[in-house]
Amino acid sequence: MAIRERLSGNEAVAIAMRQINPDVVAAFPITPSTEIPQYFASFVNNGQVDTEFVPVESEHSAMSACIGAESAGARTITATSSNGLALMWEMLYIAASSRLPIVLNAVNRALSGPLNIHNDHSDTMGARDSGWIQIYGETSQEAYDNMVMALRIAEHEDVMLPVMNCYDGFITSHAVENLDLIEDENVKAFVGEYKPKHYLLNKDEKIAMGPLDLPPYYTEHKYQQHMAMVNAKKVILDVAADFEKMTGRKYGLFEEYKMDDAEIAIVVMNSTAGTAKYVVNQLREKGVKAGLVKIRVYRPFPVEEIAEALSKCKAVAVMDKAASFNAAGGPLYTDVTSALYAAGATVPAVSYVYGLGGRDVKTTDIEKVYTTLEEIAKTGEVKERFNWLALRD
Amino acid sequence: MSKKCYEPTASWKDLTPGGVVYDAGNSAEFRTGDWRSDKPIYIKDKCKQCLLCFPVCPDSSIPVNQDGKREDFDYDHCKGCGVCANVCPFGAIEMVDNND
Repeated sequence: MAIRERLSGNEAVAIAMRQINPDVVAAFPITPSTEIPQYFASFVNNGQVDTEFVPVESEHSAMSACIGAESAGARTITATSSNGLALMWEMLYIAASSRLPIVLNAVNRALSGPLNIHNDHSDTMGARDSGWIQIYGETSQEAYDNMVMALRIAEHEDVMLPVMNCYDGFITSHAVENLDLIEDENVKAFVGEYKPKHYLLNKDEKIAMGPLDLPPYYTEHKYQQHMAMVNAKKVILDVAADFEKMTGRKYGLFEEYKMDDAEIAIVVMNSTAGTAKYVVNQLREKGVKAGLVKIRVYRPFPVEEIAEALSKCKAVAVMDKAASFNAAGGPLYTDVTSALYAAGATVPAVSYVYGLGGRDVKTTDIEKVYTTLEEIAKTGEVKERFNWLALRD
Repeated sequence: MSKKCYEPTASWKDLTPGGVVYDAGNSAEFRTGDWRSDKPIYIKDKCKQCLLCFPVCPDSSIPVNQDGKREDFDYDHCKGCGVCANVCPFGAIEMVDNND
């Protein structure tokens, strides 16, 4: 039987980590992810886990310690946000290219400057091409569930890539919600023991990691990383299918909300999907065929699947909680439109940058997006392709 | 696992993930001699076996045998830096163009 609880996202994720009982946690505090190592340190102190907890002096060191631990053969988890993730930058690429299945809880916060501690996706969007798998969650429940699933994806032999478990700072990390926890023994059984094939502390196989990789081989190693990302799609779905058997909760690469007959749709990530679903319900009552696609797996990007889900629509809006500064649309917009183009789909798609630095996203804002989509669907004419939502003009 | 070296013709499917080296201590397998533009020539007749040359070699490319005598260069690893020719008091090491 599931355990009914009311927890913040950070508490729920810390509890998942306690249930998993990893070998090493190395982390440095930064708002709004601080509570994860804070709660976890108390689990260590209370003897509820036998994890080696490494309180490092910076995020660069946190990721470096994770890389060292994971290379040694230890199951390793960390957490960070915003500029903490930025300080990890160099090491993010080392972790991914060394094929180390570390899990990082990335609690989304705006990247400075100007200095801002509130939520948007500029931190993890910047790391989207670092070679990490990125999974995004709308609620505390999803943040918890994704943490439980992450290690099995990361450690799978066909994948061997690090995973970011991304969810919104404060909105999801600090707001207390009702959710179902899984029993400790079921989490342990689901995640299983970590048995790496090759690791530094194996006295019977003396390996060297992170070697110099010159032009004759570097391209082939990058292609291996590419193929690991390709393989990850199936592994993510397989793990989700097993998870559904255990909990009844179903996860895919993305969630389609009222998309079956949708004529207009928005594509969105994380907590804003909750607000947008409310708007979809209101519009449906008025007879508007509105739908929503919530991206769960952003890396690898579900190129064919997204194109198929959206190609039947008459107009689509892609919402980015991060600006790309490409003088055009946000990063998710670029990915979605690229997927549509590759599939030969001709549905008009517009970009909305929204909710930066924790700006409230109101139902009336989302309604405006759908109103614009209705006009585009009716006329087939896109007046403004690149938009900033709720911008004071 | 046995000693294994990859040739530059190897497919991405053959390489180890992340370039992990499963046999540590295999740097001798990496032939750095082809980086060389100048080449030292050992003139045995002029050599007095003073052994000033072998400790200054940065690539351990002057083998010394069990009798304490130096032998000809290890051209698989000699990068042709010329330090040995510079320390030799007897002109027993001559630098020439590697392509000659």
